[in-house]
Amino acid sequence: MTEVSATTQDRATPHMTVSKTNVAIEVIGMHKWYADFHVLRDINLKVMEGERIVIAGPSGSGKSTLIRCINRLEEHQEGQIIVNGTELTADIKRIDEVRREVGMVFQHFNLFPHLTILQNLTLAPIWVRGIPKAEAEATAMHYLERVKIPEQANKFPGQLSGGQQQRVAIARSLCMQPKIMLFDEPTSALDPEMVKEVLEVMISLAEDGMTMICVTHEMGFARQVANRVIFMDQGQIIEQNEPEAFFSNPQHERTKLFLSQILH
Amino acid sequence: MTTLDTGPAAAPRPSFFNDPVIRGIVYQLVVAALLIAFIAWIVGNTATNLAAQNKTTGFDFLWKTAGFDISFSLLPWTRASIYWEAFLVGITNTLLVAFIGIVAATILGFTIGIARLSSNFIVSTLATIYVETIRNIPLLLQLFFWYFAVLKAMPAVRDSIVLPLDSFINQRGIFVPKPIPDPQFGFVWIGLALAIIGVIVLRTWAKKRLEATGKRFPVFLSSVAVLVIVPAIVWFISGASVAFDPPVLERFNFKGGLQLPPEFVALLFGLTIYTASFIAETVRGGIQAVSRGQTEAAMSLGLKEGDRLRLVIVPQAMRVIVPPLTSQYLNLTKNSSLGAAIGYPELVNVFSGTALNQTGRAIECIALTMLVYLTFSLLTSAIMNWYNARVSLVER
Repeated sequence: MTEVSATTQDRATPHMTVSKTNVAIEVIGMHKWYADFHVLRDINLKVMEGERIVIAGPSGSGKSTLIRCINRLEEHQEGQIIVNGTELTADIKRIDEVRREVGMVFQHFNLFPHLTILQNLTLAPIWVRGIPKAEAEATAMHYLERVKIPEQANKFPGQLSGGQQQRVAIARSLCMQPKIMLFDEPTSALDPEMVKEVLEVMISLAEDGMTMICVTHEMGFARQVANRVIFMDQGQIIEQNEPEAFFSNPQHERTKLFLSQILH
Repeated sequence: MTTLDTGPAAAPRPSFFNDPVIRGIVYQLVVAALLIAFIAWIVGNTATNLAAQNKTTGFDFLWKTAGFDISFSLLPWTRASIYWEAFLVGITNTLLVAFIGIVAATILGFTIGIARLSSNFIVSTLATIYVETIRNIPLLLQLFFWYFAVLKAMPAVRDSIVLPLDSFINQRGIFVPKPIPDPQFGFVWIGLALAIIGVIVLRTWAKKRLEATGKRFPVFLSSVAVLVIVPAIVWFISGASVAFDPPVLERFNFKGGLQLPPEFVALLFGLTIYTASFIAETVRGGIQAVSRGQTEAAMSLGLKEGDRLRLVIVPQAMRVIVPPLTSQYLNLTKNSSLGAAIGYPELVNVFSGTALNQTGRAIECIALTMLVYLTFSLLTSAIMNWYNARVSLVER
């Protein structure tokens, strides 16, 4: 776990406002099976615009599967998932509509190794949004500056460190100017000293009011940025609460056990 | 105390026989001496044997009359032609079957390879059965199958199987009408060439426009339209026409038309079907080598399926596919020499077979034949290496 510096902590909270009326994501009575294996059981979750949610839980608890359902990288079999007012069904057009507005950052970055950093960032804006190349490149440079690596624009992903690659991956998602960002264990595959640079980018995103759902084991990040921490085990949401209450006063035995194991 | 920095101190030399540098020199000298002795022995031996048999050497025989028949030739060939021409006929026949075979095997192989990855159970199972059957049966046996069991088992000329469009099939091969374009038809070729240039211009323009305005243009459909419409208009205006000379059954054989001899068809079928099974495996491996994460990243950015394949998956798969694909092309070209076993007059059959037997110039004939295959192979790999260097990844 990495403690983020005091200065970033100080400026973390003020602008982060959560909408009271606008729902970004709504999951209602959702179930998912892999063949006979019941991965997600009766998930109910409402995320307001501007909300920052951290999902924690032991491995195999269905955290990643849940956020992968939100942009339909995984299919659910029962219940409803409504993202930005669009319900996810088998309809390909609707799926693409949702994906355009929902960015995702993966554990293993998944940058396109055959394209330069700049091309990685402009690919989707050009081919999905139909933005002129020059404009897409300007936007890309803006976000590269934001993640503090504009000088790497013409290199290939293989030439960058893990932390740099993950920051590029975040910038790539931001170039689509999404309304929601999903993070699937974004720091788990990084060397310890690179975790911080990625978390700082995520914190600055939160400050700008981005709706975020993060699957992460970075409890320092959760404490500092999240408005809600969700604890999952065996495909179910066991408990959810504001970070302070969640860490200081967990309700369920399973949560207590989990926290005792990860907070030393 | 001060020390003078004079660079790394000279390491103590190991004893003479344990010094890797000295050992290296000794080994190389020994190998070179053995190699020279071996070559000298071969050359001396050959010269002695040739002298004992009263044989002469040299390439003068290339300008002597060959005096044998070649059943199938793209170049003009008569019994009065010389050996040099026989050499060229062999090369063109080899190139013909290799070129058509490579194109056909690539198309068939990519189709089967992608079919193996299909989520449709029947499609993927059929593709698997194809690959596992074909690549585990020797090519020579497959050639015998196509030649003896399929094409030679066709009815005699009198009882030819009639196909649509004035075509016939019998044990002497496949007979189709021969197109005879009139002189005006040259304009249609010019039209086609212009259309191809037009498509290139169109693609460049569409890419520029996409980059400038973000608007997409239906490049594929419009390219097809240009390729069809321009030559069609030229054809119509120039009044060009193509006459067809259909094969007609006479007393003993068909007259006119275009004959595809069974040897050619069998070799082409055998090479294409056999090589396609290996290409299919190469293609499947290449696509599977692109990690699932790449597709997911492209999906999460909202790229549609066609764009995901074209912009993300295929470019990465190609760099895995190209090197083994090159060796499959080389294999097909070299395997075409098995045509000798079913009587297709390719290079080995004509030059290292008939010509060698008649002239007795074994060393010269074999050497020339080897040189041809070596040239083909090196050229093919040079082209494919150039392509591979272009698509390879920058790692650091």
